[in-house]
Amino acid sequence: MNNLSIWQQLTQQLQMRWGEVLEATSVHIQLVFFSMLIAIALGVSLGILVTRVPKLSTLVLGGAGVMQTIPSLALLGFMIPLFGIGVKTAIAALFLYSLLPIIRNTYTGIKDVDPATREAAKGMGMTSAQILFKVELPLAIPVIMAGIRTAAVINVGNATLAAFIGAGGLGDFIFLGITRGIDGLILLGAIPAALLAIVLELFFSGVERWTTPKGLKAE
Amino acid sequence: MLKFENVSKVYDDGFKAVDSISFEIPKGELLVLIGPSGSGKSTTMKMINRMVPHTSGTILIDGKDTNSYVASDLRRSIGYVIQQIGLFPHYTIEKNISIVPQLNGWSEEKTKARVLELMELVGLDPAIFATRYPKELSGGQQQRVGIARALASDPDVILMDEPFSALDPLTREQLQGELISLHKKLNKTIIFVTHDMDEALKMGDRIAIMKDGKLLQLDTPEKLLHEPAHGFVEEFIGKHRIIQNPELMPVIDIMSESIITSFPQSSPEKAISLIRQRKITDLIIVDEDKTLLGIVSAYDVIKNLTTIKTIEEVMAPVEHYLQDTTSAKDAIIMMDETPFGMIPIVNDKKKVVGLVTRGSLLSAMSSQWTETEDTHE
Repeated sequence: MNNLSIWQQLTQQLQMRWGEVLEATSVHIQLVFFSMLIAIALGVSLGILVTRVPKLSTLVLGGAGVMQTIPSLALLGFMIPLFGIGVKTAIAALFLYSLLPIIRNTYTGIKDVDPATREAAKGMGMTSAQILFKVELPLAIPVIMAGIRTAAVINVGNATLAAFIGAGGLGDFIFLGITRGIDGLILLGAIPAALLAIVLELFFSGVERWTTPKGLKAE
Repeated sequence: MLKFENVSKVYDDGFKAVDSISFEIPKGELLVLIGPSGSGKSTTMKMINRMVPHTSGTILIDGKDTNSYVASDLRRSIGYVIQQIGLFPHYTIEKNISIVPQLNGWSEEKTKARVLELMELVGLDPAIFATRYPKELSGGQQQRVGIARALASDPDVILMDEPFSALDPLTREQLQGELISLHKKLNKTIIFVTHDMDEALKMGDRIAIMKDGKLLQLDTPEKLLHEPAHGFVEEFIGKHRIIQNPELMPVIDIMSESIITSFPQSSPEKAISLIRQRKITDLIIVDEDKTLLGIVSAYDVIKNLTTIKTIEEVMAPVEHYLQDTTSAKDAIIMMDETPFGMIPIVNDKKKVVGLVTRGSLLSAMSSQWTETEDTHE
């Protein structure tokens, strides 16, 4: 069996396990989707919060930064005592990992809105909430979307590690391949994961372009 | 209309940005706030719509304390134009002008009609500009939108914070002129902050000069120039400015006080000798009290030398003369109309106090102009 070329191994494994691949891909997507959903909801809110309460910015941005420095495998390990083994733990860890780019970009995106625009908005009698929803967020959207895109792509890669704590996903094939010494099996997990990352990248680039206000686009 | 009563702004660190100032602006006035940077002029303006809250004193609009409003409601009722313009880059021009009407809950049709009206008013063709975005407009066009936006909900008071400072000189001049005519047409109370004295003199019905948070003088441009209440005011205005603008130069500053006059009973021979001696072409005729009676031209005296006994017989009434309160500009205009090469200047009792000739006008203007040039070097 080990005499086969990688390509042969891959086609052989795919024939044997294509049902499992589909299922693992679906689990993988779910891991990414749910962790991103929570990360976006909380990350954007926290990003907005720190623009309103500048005192919190060091704490929140610093905290999310520290989270990022913990090796992903270790973070998954830390989560086990809290959520046990399985999907929940993986989603929690992936979510924490995605927070920083989203918080940071939301914060920067809003901070970078031209102060003159903000002053004009306030001077015309817009309330703080109106300024946020009519001026700051629409103008910050491209930057926020870029943060979400970065987080999503990293997330797809990190989600392969979820297999270590029994959460499944495409990482299953990779670890199986490593333990059994079958390179084709590693690729069976790695290729769909890479494809998923590319698809997400393209998708969010599209969303970013689509949500950029017309008046901001370069002609 | 707008009243400041002992208004101060003291920051937490104890810095007094504005120090107990009081003044009142009648409806429809364009008041210019001017002073060096850090004088508190912008702060004073921004306290009106509470962009900067004042720490003591009272600001009243139509007798109502501005602090009795919700801040955002107050701001919606006051137009606001800033130097950096601050249009919403993600809004079309039409939407930018619609902001305040929409905040005030106007209907769509009413807002749209108002936007079209305002775009015409500030000289932007709606067919071309309504659907454009701010970045597609030049700085001057953007500030026109800024002014239209401030006028949108027809506020009585408009605040303008150095609105033309960032524009090129040509556009600035143009917009200044347009704002003056807009102000005349709409009769809005405008508070205009600038650091440019030329702009202040051009725009202001009255000018308030500020320094170190204090209001030094608030007067009409003419009064500021002639009666600066403070050494700093004089220095800040710059003496040469009067020269640049004949409108602001009093005629008594350019007239010659050594005038050659004659009495009506004077003989023609005597008059001729006086005319020859002084190399003049016309003689001003006064009575004993120096009251202006008429004018006699050398030509008429010589022509009728043998037939007349006194010069009174050829004396012409003076239709072109000026009060001593008028300006050099009036003299320039009148010089063009008078058949004589001179304009007698009289006081309120019609007594002749001086004379402006083409020559004195020219030399006054040119000497002052060269002075100006010198100070620039």
